[in-house]
Amino acid sequence: MSTSSLVDNSLVAQYALQLGDDALILSQRLSEWCAHSPELEEDVALANLALDLLGQARTLLTYAGTLEGRGRSEDDLAFLRTEREFRNVLLVEQPNGDFAVTIARQLYFATYQYELYTALRESTDAEFAGLAAKAVKEVAYHRDHAVQWTLRLGDGTEESHRRMQEGLDLLWPYTAELFAADSVALALAETGVAVDPRTLRPAWEASIAAVIEAATLTMPGGSWQPRGGRAGEHTEGFGLLVGEMQALHRQFPGAAW
Amino acid sequence: MTAEGSAGTEGAAGVAGAAGAEAAAGAARPGAAPRELQARFEELIAADERVEPRDWMPEAYRKTLVRQIAQHAHSEIIGMQPEGNWITRAPSLRRKAILLAKVQDEAGHGLYLYAAAETLGVDRADLLDALHTGRQKYSSIFNYPTLTWADIGAIGWLVDGAAIINQIPLQRCSYGPYARAMVRICKEESFHQRQGFELLHDLAHGTPEQHAMAQDALDRWWWPSLMMFGPPDAESAHSAQSMAWRIKRHSNDDLRQRFVDISAPQAEALGLTIPDPDLRWNEERGHYDFGEIDWSEFQEVLAGNGPCNRQRVAQRVRAHEDGEWVRQAALAYAAKQEAKLAAKPAANLSENPSETKEVVAA
Repeated sequence: MSTSSLVDNSLVAQYALQLGDDALILSQRLSEWCAHSPELEEDVALANLALDLLGQARTLLTYAGTLEGRGRSEDDLAFLRTEREFRNVLLVEQPNGDFAVTIARQLYFATYQYELYTALRESTDAEFAGLAAKAVKEVAYHRDHAVQWTLRLGDGTEESHRRMQEGLDLLWPYTAELFAADSVALALAETGVAVDPRTLRPAWEASIAAVIEAATLTMPGGSWQPRGGRAGEHTEGFGLLVGEMQALHRQFPGAAW
Repeated sequence: MTAEGSAGTEGAAGVAGAAGAEAAAGAARPGAAPRELQARFEELIAADERVEPRDWMPEAYRKTLVRQIAQHAHSEIIGMQPEGNWITRAPSLRRKAILLAKVQDEAGHGLYLYAAAETLGVDRADLLDALHTGRQKYSSIFNYPTLTWADIGAIGWLVDGAAIINQIPLQRCSYGPYARAMVRICKEESFHQRQGFELLHDLAHGTPEQHAMAQDALDRWWWPSLMMFGPPDAESAHSAQSMAWRIKRHSNDDLRQRFVDISAPQAEALGLTIPDPDLRWNEERGHYDFGEIDWSEFQEVLAGNGPCNRQRVAQRVRAHEDGEWVRQAALAYAAKQEAKLAAKPAANLSENPSETKEVVAA
C-alpha cells in the first residue's frame, strides 16, 4: 500500500497499471518468438525475458487491483479489460518484425526500464520501491542482451547492419512516448511515489547513443512522435494481440484455471 | 522432453541394423582398436561404470548414442511447438508463467543434449541439418496437434510422464555425459509432469465444459502416449544391443506396463476415464491389463503421415532459415573482434560484459 495517506490511491493504481501493462504486453510479444528464434540460445533468452516481464506485470497488476478497491485480480485486469482500457506505451505493442526489430525494441525499452527502475527504487511507495529493487537486476540483463545483439548486428555483416539500422529507425518515433509528461506520473512524482518520465531521457539517450556508435550505426531522428498508449489509444495491431491473449479466458466466463 | 522408447525404437531401424553390422565388422577388422581397448570398454560396461568422452569406444556404440541423443534433443526442440502454440492464449497469468518456464526448460534440455552429443564428435549444426532433412527423427508424439488448452495438461501429465519413465533409467546410462544430463532433465521433467496433472485436475474439477475439455484431451493423447515406449519387445530388434551396452535397461513393454500401472489410478484421481474398455486391474499379474495398441497408426505417423509432421519440420526449417543472417552476423562480428584484438588489444571492444558496460555508460 502507499505509504502516505495523502496520496490518491486511484492515481497510484493508474501508475501501477501503466507500468504493469508495459511489462505484460512486451512479455506477450516476446513469447510469440517461442520456437521461431534464430538459435536455440535465443529461444531460451527470449523466453527468459518474457518470463521476467510477466513476473513484473503480475506484481503490478495485482497491486493496481488492490488499490482500486473493486476486487479485481491480476487476471481480471489482464483478460477482462478492453483494448481501450490498456495503458501501455505504443512501443511495447509494436509487432516483432525480424530479429533486428525485436532487438531494437528491446534496446530502447530495456534501457528505459533500467533507468526507470533505478530511480523507482527510491519511491516513497514501499511496493514500487520493492518491485524496482528486484526488477532492476532483471532488466540490467535485458539491456545487456539487447546491447550485445545491437553490437553484433550493427557491426556484423552488411545485411545485419542494414536490418539493425532499419529496426532502430522504425521504432525510434515510439520512444518519445516513454518520456512524455504524463499527468498521472507527474502528479505522483511530486510526492515521490512515481518518477517524472522526463527526467529519464538524458541518461537513456546517452546510453543509446553510445551503443549505436559502438555498433557503427546512426542515431535515428525525425519529428514524428506518435503517442496515445497511456490514454488507451493504441495501434491497429493491438486489438489482435489483446484478442488472442483473452480469447480462451473469455470463452469460459467465471471459470477458474 | 522425451527420450522415446530406446535407441531407434522408432524411425531408424535400418540405421540401427547397419550400426550393429558395423560393430561386428569393426571388431574383426584388421588394424581396428587393439584388443585391450575393447576389453577395457567391456570391463567398464560390465562393472557398470561410466564411459567418458576420452575413453575408447566401439564405433557402433558411439553411433547408437549419437542417434539416440540427437533424437532426444530434436524431440525437446520440436516439442516446444505444440506447447508454444498456447503461450499467448494461456487463460491465467499464473498458467502463462508456468508454461513459459516449461517451454524455456525444453529449449534448455535441447541445449544440454546437443552438447552431450557433441562430446561424441558430432556438430550441432550437422544434427540440426539431419533433423531438417528428415535423416534423423524426433518423438512421434509431437506430430499430434494441441487443439485445446487441456492438451497442455495432457502433454505434461502423460507425455512428460512417459518421458520420465523412459528417462529415469537413462540416468544410469553407460555414457557419462548423457547420464549426467539426464539427472538434471529428470528433475525438471518431474515439475512438468506435476504441473500438467494439476492443470488437468483444475479442469476436471471445474465447469462441465472444462471437464469435457479435459476428457477430450485424455481421449486423444492416451494411445499416442503408450506408443512413446516404442514397438513391442518382439519387434524391437536392436533393443538387445542397447541393453547389452547398458544404454537401455528395461524393455519397451516393461516400461509401457509401468506407465499404465502409474497412470490408471491417477486418471481415477482426476475423475477422468481412460479410453480403453479393456483396461482393468489383474490381481494375478499385479498389473493393469490393457487393450491392443493400433500399431498401424504408429507406423503411419512414423512414416511422416501424422497430423503435424510436415508442419513441425517446416516451422523448424523456416525458423532456421530466417535466422541465418543473424547467425552470420554473430560470426562476422566475432571474426572482426578477433582481428582487432590481434591488431590492437587495448582498443578491443571485447565480449567482456564489463567493458561493454563502460561503452553503455559512456
